[in-house]
Amino acid sequence: MFSFKFKNKKKNNLSLSFWVGLLFVFIVFLLALISFIWTPYDVTSLVISERFKGPSFSHVLGTDHFGRDILSMIMVGAQTSIAVALVAVGIGIFFGLPLGMIAAAKRGTFFDDLVMRFNDLIFAFPALIIAILITAILGPGAFNAIIAIGIFNIPVFARVARGAALTQWSKEYILAAKVSGKGTFLISIEHIIPNILNLLIVQATIQFSLGILAEAGLSYVGLGAQPPIPSLGRMLADSQTMISIAPHMAIFPGMVIVITVLGLNLIGDGLRDYFDPKLRGSS
Amino acid sequence: MLQYFVRRIVTLFFTLVIASLVIFVSLEIIPGDPASYMLGINAQEDTLQALRQELGLDKPKLERYLEWVKGMLIGDFGVSYTYRAPVIEMVSDRLWVSLPLAVYALILSTLISLPVGIYAAANRGKISDLSVMGVTQIGIAVPNFWFAMLLVYLFAIILRWFSAGGFSGWEAGLFLGLKSLTLPAISLALPQASILARVMRSSLIDTLNEDFIKTARAKGLTQNQALIKHGIRNALIPVLTIIGLQFSFLMAGAIIIENVFFLPGLGRLIFQSIAQRDIIVVESVIMLLVFSVVIVTFLVDVAYVIVDPRLRSSIL
Repeated sequence: MFSFKFKNKKKNNLSLSFWVGLLFVFIVFLLALISFIWTPYDVTSLVISERFKGPSFSHVLGTDHFGRDILSMIMVGAQTSIAVALVAVGIGIFFGLPLGMIAAAKRGTFFDDLVMRFNDLIFAFPALIIAILITAILGPGAFNAIIAIGIFNIPVFARVARGAALTQWSKEYILAAKVSGKGTFLISIEHIIPNILNLLIVQATIQFSLGILAEAGLSYVGLGAQPPIPSLGRMLADSQTMISIAPHMAIFPGMVIVITVLGLNLIGDGLRDYFDPKLRGSS
Repeated sequence: MLQYFVRRIVTLFFTLVIASLVIFVSLEIIPGDPASYMLGINAQEDTLQALRQELGLDKPKLERYLEWVKGMLIGDFGVSYTYRAPVIEMVSDRLWVSLPLAVYALILSTLISLPVGIYAAANRGKISDLSVMGVTQIGIAVPNFWFAMLLVYLFAIILRWFSAGGFSGWEAGLFLGLKSLTLPAISLALPQASILARVMRSSLIDTLNEDFIKTARAKGLTQNQALIKHGIRNALIPVLTIIGLQFSFLMAGAIIIENVFFLPGLGRLIFQSIAQRDIIVVESVIMLLVFSVVIVTFLVDVAYVIVDPRLRSSIL
């Protein structure tokens, strides 16, 4: 039912930038995964005598103001970033996709209008400020950061799903499905979703990368994952006052964020061009 | 046309009403009593009660909501719990930092991105275009607060051209004021400029494929003449929407950037007020930001319809 093949009728290969992006994301994911079972040093052990060390053989990316190993902290911090952004995308799809699908299936009705106005409303709020507000209400922490970021993914997916589903509904194969006696629900599940899946995947990649940036921003201002859990944003906040004596503390965590976001964006662009060559280079 | 404006204004009105409700209700559930926060943990129950009464915290919620909205309509945003100063004064002080910062960043990002986007589109597919695309791709991926830190390291610590943070105040003169906003504005502008350059490029490429460009070429204009006279003007429409949208991003993005540079703007005000449970300030600042976002979006939509007659038929 959900068979979905990365195959196109026309010969159309994935671009080089897609593979570069995939490599970037793969490296960061791998580091995060390895950190579950092994890190070069314990991220909670403070060795004051070793603090502010630049990159060396014993500490590849140097140490911070408590003598913690920066590579180890980045590995564990990447875990947090990826988890927060990924779950936030999940929230967006879980609530947004059904909303968009129902709105498209019941196009023109009151429900459709309601969903769209609700979308407009959320888009009117400056996302970052509301995320700050939410974490202020619920208290800082990784879980609340997920909610704060996830809420803004809901209208994004609802809108993409609705828009894409509407084009599908007007196609003839849907008419054929209707004639064969299938109901709205079954058509949505069996025909619409598989046909809009590529758009959803592209959008998910984009929201994933935005989520990584948002998580970094939230934990930079102290509203993300709390100590002692390392997070890339807070590593940057910590490094800020020490940038004149230990610039490596700021440079490496930031580079990891850039590599992850860049990689995800390249993957998103690559997939979009692959799915729809007409759009190539248009955005 | 009139029908469109009326419908648009009604939507605008409802968006603002619902937004104010959402903000009010969500701040009501913030744990922590402003009165006990102000008086400390040793306060007597009757003093607390008196203060709550003075602040109007003992009134029914609906009444307080209506008073808040009524106050905002006549420009009275209430009195800060912690500073005992009118919120409107606190906000307007801070606005003189945040607003110039956002406008400065918007101007920078537009001035940089439009020529870059046009240049890339004119040289589509060449090395120069590809490198613009590569650089802007990186620009989008860089968190602006990290970029801000790198700028501080380079220009304030190593080169000592700018100070690492703080705001001189406008009293010290326009030049010094702008100088202390320069690094913050650059770091805010970078991601926005990258997005804008890409939008400009793709919009111009789309326009250059239109028939009227071929007509212009056929009547004897060179490629560049056609691009400047007919291409850019037509390609600017989607670019203008993005510029309008970016203004709200910049106002909000300023919050984090203000933290990097210790600027006394709206962002720092929000953080302080949240920490001190100064709910009336948080409410009003967020409402103000939502209001400005909604208004700017509205103006962009309306400007569109006025500028481009082609859009009129599609909305009526």
